[in-house]
Amino acid sequence: MTKKLNHKQKSTARVAISTEKSNGPLLKVEDVFLYFKSATGGLVRAVDGVNFELNPGRSLAIVGESGCGKTSLAKAILRLLPRNVATYKGRILLSGTDIMKFGDERFRHDVRWVKISMVSQAAMNSLNPVMKLKDQVAEPLLIDNRTSKKEAYERAREVFRIVGIPVAFLDRYAFELSGGMRQRSIIAMALIADPLLVILDEPTSALDVLTQANIMNALKKIKKELSLNYIFITHDIATSSELADEVVCMYAGQLVEHSTAERFYRDPLHPYAQKLMASVPTLHVYKKPEFITGQPPSLLNPPEGCRFAERCTKRFERCQKEPPLFAHGDEFVKCWLYERG
Amino acid sequence: MNEVKKVQDNILLSVKDLRTWFELKRWGFLHAGFVRAVDGVSFELGKGEAITIVGESGSGKTTLLRTILGLARATEGEITFNGRRIEGQKEHDLAWVRSQVGFVQQDPYGALAPFMNVGGVLREPLIIHKMAEDEQEKRIREVMGEVRLVPVENFIRRYPHMLSGGQQQRLVIARAMILHPSMIVADEPVSMLDASVRVEILELMRKIQDAHNLSVVYITHDLSSVRYFSERVFIMYAAKMVEKTDVQEIVKNPLHPYTQALLKAIPDPEPENADQFRDIPSGEPPNLISPPEGCRFHPRCPQVIKGLCDVDEPPEFEPSPDHFVECWLYK
Repeated sequence: MTKKLNHKQKSTARVAISTEKSNGPLLKVEDVFLYFKSATGGLVRAVDGVNFELNPGRSLAIVGESGCGKTSLAKAILRLLPRNVATYKGRILLSGTDIMKFGDERFRHDVRWVKISMVSQAAMNSLNPVMKLKDQVAEPLLIDNRTSKKEAYERAREVFRIVGIPVAFLDRYAFELSGGMRQRSIIAMALIADPLLVILDEPTSALDVLTQANIMNALKKIKKELSLNYIFITHDIATSSELADEVVCMYAGQLVEHSTAERFYRDPLHPYAQKLMASVPTLHVYKKPEFITGQPPSLLNPPEGCRFAERCTKRFERCQKEPPLFAHGDEFVKCWLYERG
Repeated sequence: MNEVKKVQDNILLSVKDLRTWFELKRWGFLHAGFVRAVDGVSFELGKGEAITIVGESGSGKTTLLRTILGLARATEGEITFNGRRIEGQKEHDLAWVRSQVGFVQQDPYGALAPFMNVGGVLREPLIIHKMAEDEQEKRIREVMGEVRLVPVENFIRRYPHMLSGGQQQRLVIARAMILHPSMIVADEPVSMLDASVRVEILELMRKIQDAHNLSVVYITHDLSSVRYFSERVFIMYAAKMVEKTDVQEIVKNPLHPYTQALLKAIPDPEPENADQFRDIPSGEPPNLISPPEGCRFHPRCPQVIKGLCDVDEPPEFEPSPDHFVECWLYK
């Protein structure tokens, strides 16, 4: 982290959140709830009491099926909320500071994109077609006059080099770039304010296999060089292993397992995670994939007790009550089977 | 090997040197070149055989499929289905093909009319192909049982939005099956579904295929699901079929540098992946309006032979029996 630019020091002076490597976790999510009002008047419990911690220098993959609340959790962290929010509560600590207490303006100014940035799904299609890339990529620095235009362009050149796009492309428009290049420029945009944490929401799912692998390589390189933290959200388990030190598995709005990558990909704890891993087809090793019978419960009216119980092959009487998050060694699992550690 | 020989005696579909080019026009009338979406593809499909066509987006796999279905016009080449030529025919002469070929689309929700319930969706092909009304009801129930949309009473009046993604895709499969086709064509049938449902749908398709001795053309970009689904696999790159062989062979012994890169690029879920970089060629697939001279992969190929690969287009070689590859390395 030697190549810090001036803008960095300037902005840290204003921002209360310390960028120093503290001993505590980089991100701590405590009892976060995010409910939406549905058109019929019910409550959609998209994120229902999620707790986890992420230590500095670690990357976290959030996996789960569509509709399990992965993206809602990311949006809750970044406070990118639609209008129909019914409940939004909990504590989100970034380097020890509770960013949930910040007002919207302060959050926008000090946190969003400055400390935590995001690359969302098919983001490459969201580039403005009538703006040159340099203006779009540098925009986060130009807003609020964080830096001078000259510095911002200099920084844009730097992040383009980091993500592996020729610097000359900064003077072009989005349509002149291929899909992979566009996605890389979005990643560059996410890096430009030198954030602590980048949330990647399905960053490669709209791309081809080889392009996807190239971008993954670039993300790994960036992680190493900038000692950046990622939260990587995907439904593609195989790809998730490319960037994960730790894995959070979600089911029906709840966190069901938080394990190290080693544990999750080899020998997951929660029965749902086990089934999910068994359903992943593998290319290089021959293993017959299985499927999970039934469907996830509706988030409008989730069952009492464990939400996976209905589809679980290991259920017993206790499962009628909702299990808390049990610690199992260093891992956390929301299942009665692990009641005794 | 014997099995492959056996199916070649009863070929259902044969495609010879097929080209589908789309003309580009400037100002609506001036010729401005062609998009060569399919450019010289040949293969044969036996009765009861399942093949997979693997390729990236823009490699021409969907256009190939649409040409076979008669939805796009072939520029050159022959398509023979059940002994009859189907390319260049008039629309109304193709009705018999349409009853013989079932189409499973990629996005089940997009493929189903939102205002038609399950019964209506399944009845429509029967009405078009003039089945007697009392038989219609029987056939609908039969096919719903087969794709396990059971109990039938619970589902028959539901609309697509009332079904889960997996159930929608089963309905699309039921619709493809309802006229007793001899071939099913599936364009990325599981790419929109969750991992836990994917396998279920693939297994269902496999079961139906075995039960009715169907031929299946399965299109995907996901190589890892292929080995559970088909016998032979064709790899497409930039409108050409660069490698054709059986599934086990492609995983164990990929020959074309593109196939090798593809296999390297696809991760298995292993914790070690996070510490390793993948050694794969950079760059992007070529533009199909003016593809590169010679082999279309040569600008990205790590094993390029200067003076050959960038000059002459490689013909098809057969380095080992039933393993075809369009690459100069195997001259």
